[in-house]
Amino acid sequence: MCLAVPMQLIEVDGRRGRVRGGGVELEVGLDLVGEVAPGDFVIVHAGFAIQQLSAEEAAESLEIFQRIEALLAEEDGRHD
Amino acid sequence: MTEIDRLVARLRRYQGPVLTFMEVCGTHTMAIARQGLKQLLPDTIRLVSGPGCPVCVTPVGYVDHALALAAREEVLLTTFGDLMRVPGSRPGSAPAPSLQQASAQGARVQVVYSPLNALQLAREHPESEVVFLGVGFETTTPTIAAAVLQAEAEGLANFSVLSAHKTIPEAMVLLSGAEDLGLAGYLCPGHVSVILGTGPYEPLAAVHGMACAVGGFEAAEVLRALVALVDQVEQGTPRVDNLYPGAVRPEGNPRARALVERVFEPADAAWRGIGVIPHSGLAFRKKYAAFDAALRFPVSLPAPVEPKGCRCGEVLRGVLDPVACPLFGRVCTPENPVGACMVSSEGSCAARYHYTLEA
Amino acid sequence: MILMGHGAGGRLSHQLVEEHFLPRFGSSALSELMDAGVVGELALTTDAFVVTPRVFPGGCLGRLAAAGTINDLCMVGAVPVGLSAAFILEEGFSLEELDLHVQALADCAAEAGVPVVAGDTKVVPRGAADGLFITTSGVGRLEGGFRPSPRLVRPGDAVIVSGTLGDHGMAVMALREGLALGGGELRSDVAPLAGLVRALRGAGLEVHAMRDPTRGGAAQSLLEIAGDAGVRITLDEAQIPVRGPVRAACEILGLDPLYVANEGKLLLILPAAQADEAVAVLRDARYGQAAAVIGRVEEGRGVVLRTSLGTTRSLRMAAGELLPRIC
Repeated sequence: MCLAVPMQLIEVDGRRGRVRGGGVELEVGLDLVGEVAPGDFVIVHAGFAIQQLSAEEAAESLEIFQRIEALLAEEDGRHD
Repeated sequence: MTEIDRLVARLRRYQGPVLTFMEVCGTHTMAIARQGLKQLLPDTIRLVSGPGCPVCVTPVGYVDHALALAAREEVLLTTFGDLMRVPGSRPGSAPAPSLQQASAQGARVQVVYSPLNALQLAREHPESEVVFLGVGFETTTPTIAAAVLQAEAEGLANFSVLSAHKTIPEAMVLLSGAEDLGLAGYLCPGHVSVILGTGPYEPLAAVHGMACAVGGFEAAEVLRALVALVDQVEQGTPRVDNLYPGAVRPEGNPRARALVERVFEPADAAWRGIGVIPHSGLAFRKKYAAFDAALRFPVSLPAPVEPKGCRCGEVLRGVLDPVACPLFGRVCTPENPVGACMVSSEGSCAARYHYTLEA
Repeated sequence: MILMGHGAGGRLSHQLVEEHFLPRFGSSALSELMDAGVVGELALTTDAFVVTPRVFPGGCLGRLAAAGTINDLCMVGAVPVGLSAAFILEEGFSLEELDLHVQALADCAAEAGVPVVAGDTKVVPRGAADGLFITTSGVGRLEGGFRPSPRLVRPGDAVIVSGTLGDHGMAVMALREGLALGGGELRSDVAPLAGLVRALRGAGLEVHAMRDPTRGGAAQSLLEIAGDAGVRITLDEAQIPVRGPVRAACEILGLDPLYVANEGKLLLILPAAQADEAVAVLRDARYGQAAAVIGRVEEGRGVVLRTSLGTTRSLRMAAGELLPRIC
């Protein structure tokens, strides 16, 4: 099995990058993908970006995270 | 009606003879078990787990080799967490030894998330030999090849890999012909296909008559792939459908494959419970022999002993339901695993044990 | 031989206690294996704290050592009245860091209104301990017949959690060597629960059982309660609160938030008719803002999770240490 998750690149420095997803950040190797830039979505496995994600697919995943986040934020706001 | 309801309704409309589909990806095994997806399927559609858990198909002799390396003073062993609990085969010792026990006895064993973490440890511990346990399928192999190339570029001489890498299409071809299984098709692995693309499955459809669908891991993604498989069977046109198109491109990731090809070459490989499958493994090319832990630290080990009564082999081939194994849940449990399928949390037996209602 | 899994709160921990400790001590208070033992009108508990790293987002070893023992007393219904703390220090340990932990321990105890009344220190040679270990003990008073126990749990009860699950375990795991998950949004929930329990008691709620789901997570605690009470607990997966970053980190590392440790949450079981009031009481108190009803008690056994698809799966105790699953 291969556990992999979609995340967004926030920094690119040569063959190293930093990705963010769902409030978590991770250092990744960029050796396995072509030209990428901050803002691109990638699939991350074992510390490497293994593929650039098409915009639609990324949006679908992001939407799930955002929905959860929005629900929690609403809940927090109600009781703070 | 939600999309899931519609997909389930479509599957339940299938009225023909029983269809058996196999998934060959541990993450699919887990996703299906965690979401209870089999409960949504009609009796006419069976979903079985194949050899998709890399730890499970790794021969017990490899674990013995890893344990022998862990026992060497200069070695700092690095591994994915998946391997820590897998028992080796040293006969007569109870419980069977594992890396977790070796670590408890003082061996240096470090769980890492990425081969890059192992590389970092090699930089920080120049006095140690950092050995990474290279276990995995096509998704993982490129990350290890990249780490090896990085080590070469940096001249890191104290980094090496004990390779047990495997490639999945050869096993799928082998099992497609197994009469006792009677497979109608494959739920093709999601992340392996990110690297491979859909091409390697074409012969399965064209030559072996297998329906093939690449699927993601959310409930809807798995169900979409199953609907595609049933469609193919009903239409009598086995082909390869890509139901995970955002992540899986037809050509896969050629750059990742090229890195793997630079470092490794195809080799015959032993699959636990299945036997040797020609060209289903990866061995270091001569040029990178210096990074091959098997060459750097040769060990002579007694022939590995498969645990008595363990039927992991049949479970891995999908012909035996885990609960039908006489050891399941009685002698063989996640904390005292006998066979590999119970060890890794994505193994068919462990997934069954953790997620299924008591019989 | 002792494995790391023997300390992880799962089945191995149970075996260790049941095979190696209980037969030799054999007191009836101990054999109930509650968070704290009860002698007459007093509750007594002790806990040793070791954590790597010692300082983590949201807390540190010192705060953990105070909160852990206070919470164990609270979970049996006792009002904590005093704590002791013993420090095992490794030769060479920084005094500055020691101050940090002692201050955090003191602050946490003060917040819960519990005085630290006794202490001890020992120094061991370099290499004989990993920096700093803290053991705390606590005494609490049982009053007003407030004595939650799994034996009181009945089919028809509601299961409530005081907030999001998995925060502590993921905050600590993210810092482990070789993982390095960043982003700053993973924070331990370590907190004393004395205020939450005081509020529940003050509201006159008929609390049947309470548990702070530390090692082994909520799954472990609920399995224990279901086993002791001889009932089935059915959880509604969609109602279980988990913060986005915890969910994401669990996904990256192949873990299930239900099995991840919490240090500032309580699970509460009481009659379903009082569930809404209990949630309101918790949400009004500090550390209870995200409280939610997550399940119910039924006839049967075990813990069953109902997924958002309407399918079910059973939960089992974890085998041992949580290990990231990658390949």
